[in-house]
Amino acid sequence: MESNEVVLKVENIGKDFFGNVVLKSVSFEVKKGEVIGLVGENGAGKSTLMNILFGLPVINETGGFSGNFFLNGEKAHFSSSFDALDAGIGMVHQEFVLLPGFTATENILLNRESVKDNFAVNIFGDRLKHLDREDMKKRAVNAINKLDVNLDPEMIVAEMPVGHRQFTEIAREIDRSSTKLLILDEPTAVLTESEAEIMIKAAKKLAEEGMSIIFISHRLHEVLDLCDRVLVLRDGNLVFESESENTNPREIAESMVGRSISDFEHTERKKELQKDLLEVKDLWVAMPGEVVKGVNFTVKKGEIFGIGGLAGQGKLGIANGIMGLFPSRGKVLFKGEEIPLNNTKNILDLGFSFVSEDRRGVGLLLDEPIDWNITFTAMQAHERFIVKYLGGLLKFRNDKEIRKEALKYIDMLQIKCTSEKQFARALSGGNQQKVCLAKAFALNPEILFVSEPTRGIDVGAKELVLNALKKYNEESGITIIITSSELEELRSISDRIAIVNEGKIAGILPPSKPATDFGLLMIGESNINGEGEIK
Amino acid sequence: MSMSNSEKVKKFLINNTVPILFVVLLFFAIPLSGFSPEYLANEMITRLGRNSFLVLALLIPVMAGMGMNFGIVLGAMAGEIGLIFITDWGVVGINGVFLAMIISTPIAIILGFVAGLILNAAKGREMVTGFMLGFFMNGVYQLFVLYGMGNIIPINNPKILLPRGYGIRNAIDLVNIRQAFDSFIKLKIGDISIPVFSFIIIAILCIFIVWFRKTKLGQDMRAVGQDNDIAAASGIAVKRTRILSIVISTVLACYGQIIFLQNIGTMNTYNSHEQVGTFAVAAILIGGASVAKANISNVFIGVVLFHMTFIVSPRAGKELVGQAQIGEHFRVFVSYAVIAISLALYAWRRQAAKNREIKAVLDEQNEAIENRGGSQ
Repeated sequence: MESNEVVLKVENIGKDFFGNVVLKSVSFEVKKGEVIGLVGENGAGKSTLMNILFGLPVINETGGFSGNFFLNGEKAHFSSSFDALDAGIGMVHQEFVLLPGFTATENILLNRESVKDNFAVNIFGDRLKHLDREDMKKRAVNAINKLDVNLDPEMIVAEMPVGHRQFTEIAREIDRSSTKLLILDEPTAVLTESEAEIMIKAAKKLAEEGMSIIFISHRLHEVLDLCDRVLVLRDGNLVFESESENTNPREIAESMVGRSISDFEHTERKKELQKDLLEVKDLWVAMPGEVVKGVNFTVKKGEIFGIGGLAGQGKLGIANGIMGLFPSRGKVLFKGEEIPLNNTKNILDLGFSFVSEDRRGVGLLLDEPIDWNITFTAMQAHERFIVKYLGGLLKFRNDKEIRKEALKYIDMLQIKCTSEKQFARALSGGNQQKVCLAKAFALNPEILFVSEPTRGIDVGAKELVLNALKKYNEESGITIIITSSELEELRSISDRIAIVNEGKIAGILPPSKPATDFGLLMIGESNINGEGEIK
Repeated sequence: MSMSNSEKVKKFLINNTVPILFVVLLFFAIPLSGFSPEYLANEMITRLGRNSFLVLALLIPVMAGMGMNFGIVLGAMAGEIGLIFITDWGVVGINGVFLAMIISTPIAIILGFVAGLILNAAKGREMVTGFMLGFFMNGVYQLFVLYGMGNIIPINNPKILLPRGYGIRNAIDLVNIRQAFDSFIKLKIGDISIPVFSFIIIAILCIFIVWFRKTKLGQDMRAVGQDNDIAAASGIAVKRTRILSIVISTVLACYGQIIFLQNIGTMNTYNSHEQVGTFAVAAILIGGASVAKANISNVFIGVVLFHMTFIVSPRAGKELVGQAQIGEHFRVFVSYAVIAISLALYAWRRQAAKNREIKAVLDEQNEAIENRGGSQ
C-alpha cells in the first residue's frame, strides 16, 4: 500500500564526533507504506543516522547534528528517544530489550499497561492504579495478529525461541498506535532462516497496512526481497539509491565497499613464502556474539594473514579461540604438531602472542606504569627481566633491563608519554594500543595474533601501528594474523585475507582482488570465481 | 516444555535445598528436645504473630531487584523512637500502639528515603551497603537517644530517663502497651492462645502485598527488578521506583518492630534493633526465598522453620551434649551461615546462567559435528 504521502523526509543530515565526520549531507524520503533497505559496512554511518532519527541523547551530547528531518511534513527535533516515540518512530534494536521474566504481553505493553482506577489512587496517585490484565492481553493479541505470527501472549520471554523474542519487540512498537515509521536494525541477524522468512513476511504485512519501514540488514537477498528501495551508505555518504527491482547484489556490494584501487598500496613480497606454520582444521569457538562454526585455513611462516568480515560474524572468535580465551574445539597444528586447545598458558609457552581487541579489559594493567605493562607477560611466561639469586631460590625484578626494553619500544613505536613510568590509564587510545603491541613484541613470539589494532585511534596513529607491525614482520620474520573490521587496513598489509561470514570462512583472497569481491564475500553472496581460494 | 516427573522432583529439590535441610534437621531435633506438641504449637503461634510482619517487610525490595533489605534496621529504630515517646507520655493500650506507629511513620519515611538515595548510588551492592548503613544509623540513633532525648527533646518520665537527667535508660518497660495487640482479640483453644488481632493485621499486610503486586507501581518494580536499563528505556523512573520500594519496606519494618516489642513487653533501647535485619533475612532465606525471588509463603515457612530451630535446638543440644549454650550458639551461627550460603548460591546460579549461553553454542557444535558423521 504505497502512496505518495511522505512520512519521513531527511534533508542534508550531517554529523561529526569532535571533528571526525561520520555523516555527510544525507537526504532521502520515505513514503507511507514503503520499505527502505539501508545497507552499508560497519562504520558507514547507519547507526549514527538511526540514532539521530530516534533522538538518542548521545547525539545531543556530542554537539547535535546538521541538517533537518521532517515527520509528516513537520520539522522534528527530539531531545530524547521518548520524543521520537511520541512522534511516531518505533525502533527495534539489534540486541533484545526485553525483560526475560515477563510474558510477551507484559513486554509488549511495558510501561504502557492498561490500568483501572481504585480507591488508593486518590490518596497516593496514578501509580497505584490496577493493571487491567484482560485488556492488556487483548491489546497484545491485537498487535501480534497484525504481524500475523504465531506467538503465545502468555509465554515468558526467557523461554521463547529467539524468533519469538524478535516478534515481541516488533509487536511492542505496533501497539503504540502512533507508530508510523518503524526502524528495524538487523532484525534477522540472530534468526534462523525459517524464522527470518516469517519475519520478512510480517514486515511485508505491516507495510501493506501502511507502516513505513527502514530495514537495516547485511543479508542482501532479504533486503531485495522485502524492500521497495535500497539505499547504500559508505563513509557517511549516500552513494547509491535504487528501486529494488532495478538492481542486484553485485551492484550493491560494489557501492558498499567500492573505493578506488589507488586508495591503498600493497607491496608484493619479494620472496615466496614456503613453509606452513599454522594449520587450523574445523575450529569451533563458543565466543558469545562472535561464534565460529568450523573454519579451516593454513598460515605460512613469515606471512601476514588477514581475517576480515562484518561485526558479529565470528572473525574475532578465531584468535580468541586459538588463544584459549573461549571454549573451542577442532584441530590446530603448529609446525605440523597438534597443540592442545583451551590452554592459554601452554599456547603462550609455544611462542604465541595475542593483542586483544579488548584493550581495557584484558590488554592492559591500567593502574601500572608503561614499562611494567610491556614486560609483565614476558616476565610471567618466559621469566625474562628477572635476576636470580641462590640458584633461583630468590627472584628479583631486573629494573634496569625492564627500563631498557621499555625505552626501546617507546622509541620504536613512538609512544607518546611523559616517561616509561607513566600509568597506562593516562595514555590516549592510540598510545595504549602501542603499549599492547610492545607487550606482545617483548614476548619475542613466533606467531602474533592482533585483533582490531586500530579500533578507536586516529588516522595518524593507525598508520604508525600498521607500519610497526609490517616492519616487525619484515625484520624478524614473525608470522602475524591480523583481525580487523577495516578491509582497507587488511589489504594494505596482509599477504592473504580470509573473509568470515556467519561463523565460516567465505573465501580467502589476495589483497590485489577488487574490493567488490571482498564485499560480496562479507555479505555471504559468495562463490566467486577466479584465483581466490574458494571454500 | 514438558518435564518428566523425575526432572520436576530434581528441580524442586534444587530450588528448595535450604528449607528441606531444615525440615530434616527438625525431624531429628524435635523428638530429641522432648517438648510437648502443645508447647511447641503455642510457641510457634506466638512467634508467628511476633515476627511475621518484620519478615514480610523484606518482600517489596526483593521485587524491585534490590535484594534483601538489611536496612529494615532503620525502620526498627524509627519504631523504637515512637515507643519511647508514648511511654514518656503514658499512653496506654492499643491506642498507645497506634500512636507509636503514627509518630514513627514520618521518621521511617525520611530514613527510608535517605537509605534509598544511598542504595541508588550503590547499585548492585545494595545488601552490603544496607548492612553497613544499619551500623552507621545505629550510631546516629545512639547519639540521638543517649544525648538528644531529655536534652533537646523533652522527656519527662524519670522511669525511662537516666539518673543524670538526659538520655534514655538501657531497658524500657513497655508495661503500658504490653501485648496490647495480642490480647485485643484473644482466642483460646485448649491450652493454645491465639493473638487474633495481630494475625488480622498480618493478614491485612499480606493482602496489601498481593494487591500491590497488581498495581502499576508493583509492575514497575518488577520491571526495574529485572533490568534497570530496559525499564529506564521504556520510561519508568527507575531511581524513584527503587527509593519507593525502600521507603515502603522501612515503614513496614517500623510497624513490624512495634508489633514485635509490644509482644515482648520490654525494649532494650540500644540493642533491640541490632539483629532485626539479620534474623529477618535469615528467616526468609530459610523459607526458600532467594535474593532475587521471594513470596509470602517463603515468609511463613521461614518463620516457622527458623524459630522452631531456635526453640528446640537449646534443649536438643542439652540432651545431646549436655550443654544448652550450644543451642544459642547454633542460633547465631545458623543465621549468618544461611545468609552466606544463600548469597553464594545466588552468585553461583547467576554464573551458571552465563555459562549456559556458552554451553548452548557448544551443544550446537556437537550437533553439527555429529551430523557430519562424527569425524572429529
